[in-house]
Amino acid sequence: MIISNIGFSSLFLGLISSLVVFSCSVANVKKNSLSLSKIIYQFLTTQFFFVIIGFFILLYSFIISDFSNETVYNNSHSTKPIFYKITGLWGNHEGSLLLWLLVLTSFVLFFFIDSKNEPKKFRLYTIIFHQIIVIGFFIFILKTSNPFDTLYPIPQEGLGLNPILQDPALAIHPPILYVGYVGTSIIFASALGAMVTGYVNKFWAKNLKKWILISWTFLTGGILLGSIWAYYELGWGGFWFWDPVENISLMPWLSLTALLHCVSTLEKRDLLKNWSIILSIVTFMLSVTGTFLVRSGILNSVHTFANDPTRGIYILIFLFVLIFISFVIFFIFESKNLENKKEIFFLSKETSVLINNWFMMYFLSVVLIGTVYPIFLDVITSEKISVGPPFYNKLLIPFLIPFFLFMSVGPSMSWIKTNFRFKIAFIYYFLTTFTATILTIYYLSEKDLLLIILIFSLVFLFIKTVTNFFEKNTNYAQNLSHLGFAMLMLSILFNSISSTEIIKNIKVGESFNSKNERITFKKIITEEEKNYSSIIGFFEIKNDENKTIKLNPEIRIYNQPVIATSEAAIKTTFFKDRFITINLIKDEQLFNVRYQNKPFMIWIWISTMVIIFGGTIAIFSKKKNYI
Amino acid sequence: MYGKKVRLRIIFIISVLTTIALSIYIVLKLLEDNVVYFKSPTEIKQSTENIKEKIRVGGMVKKNSISLDNEKIFFVITDFKNEINVIFSGSVPNLFQEEKGVVAEGILQDNNLFFADKILAKHDENYMPPEVKESLK
Repeated sequence: MIISNIGFSSLFLGLISSLVVFSCSVANVKKNSLSLSKIIYQFLTTQFFFVIIGFFILLYSFIISDFSNETVYNNSHSTKPIFYKITGLWGNHEGSLLLWLLVLTSFVLFFFIDSKNEPKKFRLYTIIFHQIIVIGFFIFILKTSNPFDTLYPIPQEGLGLNPILQDPALAIHPPILYVGYVGTSIIFASALGAMVTGYVNKFWAKNLKKWILISWTFLTGGILLGSIWAYYELGWGGFWFWDPVENISLMPWLSLTALLHCVSTLEKRDLLKNWSIILSIVTFMLSVTGTFLVRSGILNSVHTFANDPTRGIYILIFLFVLIFISFVIFFIFESKNLENKKEIFFLSKETSVLINNWFMMYFLSVVLIGTVYPIFLDVITSEKISVGPPFYNKLLIPFLIPFFLFMSVGPSMSWIKTNFRFKIAFIYYFLTTFTATILTIYYLSEKDLLLIILIFSLVFLFIKTVTNFFEKNTNYAQNLSHLGFAMLMLSILFNSISSTEIIKNIKVGESFNSKNERITFKKIITEEEKNYSSIIGFFEIKNDENKTIKLNPEIRIYNQPVIATSEAAIKTTFFKDRFITINLIKDEQLFNVRYQNKPFMIWIWISTMVIIFGGTIAIFSKKKNYI
Repeated sequence: MYGKKVRLRIIFIISVLTTIALSIYIVLKLLEDNVVYFKSPTEIKQSTENIKEKIRVGGMVKKNSISLDNEKIFFVITDFKNEINVIFSGSVPNLFQEEKGVVAEGILQDNNLFFADKILAKHDENYMPPEVKESLK
């Protein structure tokens, strides 16, 4: 009880510190002294310090299962393993916002320390704009989602965490994703700061790139973890469902990727100033919109948990204020950062970056329309609809072909102007690609012309990217991420073309065939664990060569709250995953068994890790020469 | 009449606008063909035309209505005013139970029989899809 009050007061003091930072920065802008006021630094530290205290108090309440705290009561249970008691902190709305605030305040402090060599006014304005966001979130937490609300009388036992969230991948998914989301707030504040002080130039770009890379790498990691979780926890055997909540994490990723490419052009050629600013603003808006849509419950998604309309309205107002500020600043100060009237030659890296940005914006618009159209239709006509994978496939796949082709040649272009010379190597590329494509098509026995062209362009991208490693002047970090992307697309393509599944309702002792494999349901056993009881099925899969694979899928029935979940049994090999889930229907003898063959599944994860690895190298690279 | 530069600019703006308009048209057209509408049993009973495309039906799984064989699961979706028989072959989510909310996706045979190929999962035992909540009102 007392401890929760300390937590709340700590957050309140944090708000006061951030108000002090804000007003001091505003006052400091007017003074002509060369150095920044020490007070700003001190209060940025105190603000961070108070949020940390609040965070640890909530963490402590979760660990000792202090049910006088409403958040703990709603989301925890004394029999839960300690690991999930800790991660339960961000498995709910209030706690996850506190985590968001923690990342937000640590980033602004980190920015302050890191930007010592930047112009004073630019630093000040960036901090001012960033503090607006921080204050907004402080008020949001204190007013609508206080994690320290107390309960009296104190309940004996908590309500428990949704068991589907009790999973290692999902436990670390929110922090990683949040670093990615929140990193964009620095990009946004810094863009406005640079705009106001007329600092949109190559030095700014150089500094900003680090932040973009950090956000981008973490966002990629967050999306990866979410997909892995969806794959084995939701039991559908897929990893991407074009679900609104997934789309929402993809949209900032797309605009961040565009920005990452665009900002290099700004750095090298002092071009695309306004566009970089617009992308920075859009990226952050997409992150906040994401929070708004997920938290308001407007989205109709399988991921929607509890929701509360007043929160949605608050974020909506906050979002409008931010958009309004950015618009005003953009139009007032646009003249301060005049575009260079440089000519862009057709065969140049500048053109490649523009083409990349064009495609990113196209993909972004498709995903955006697919995500928000159902909401608008519901508001206007109250007709309920959902937009499924066919929509995205039809709109995205045809455009992936030119995208892959441009992506293969783009990185080899030089800045300003490329002198194109015909080389014998081109014939080799073409021949290798051609042969590889024919082999692939033969192996997959694919007859769809569009897919064949898609495979061709993708194989070309893959081969070209691999050979780039042996060329001079290759940027390894960038090429590694591109290679990862090519591998990812190849694995997804093969996976989606040649996945098979079979679903049966069978009793213990029965068996069924899937292609050349025979699946036998041997027996079931039941076990009691601390916070759930489980029914484990024993399956044997025999193939032609009489090799036996054993898989033991599980049904868990958690006691608090009472929910059944299916734990998939997955046998991962180099070339394919075997995936089996079971389910009880009523209390009958028949089990609903789903058996799937998912080729190249592990390569989807590996290639995304290669993308992330490329980003990590770029962050730590001393050469500052990423693209 | 106008300078060359102005003319070029006008042509540029017009072509950009047509491209945008055209792409919006294509996207919306595709949307129309690929969205899945949600209907309640009552809406299906009342509709006079035959619905041929893929739809979602939502409501409660009627008590004592689930039965199954090796390939298929049979059950009844009700909104307490009308009901519809469902034949489903596929895997069910954990929260598929009698007297719980359900959303099934598939094709209507007639206004009494629904062939479902997907039953949508939910994360939360108390969570009810907004469509279902509304159609149960």
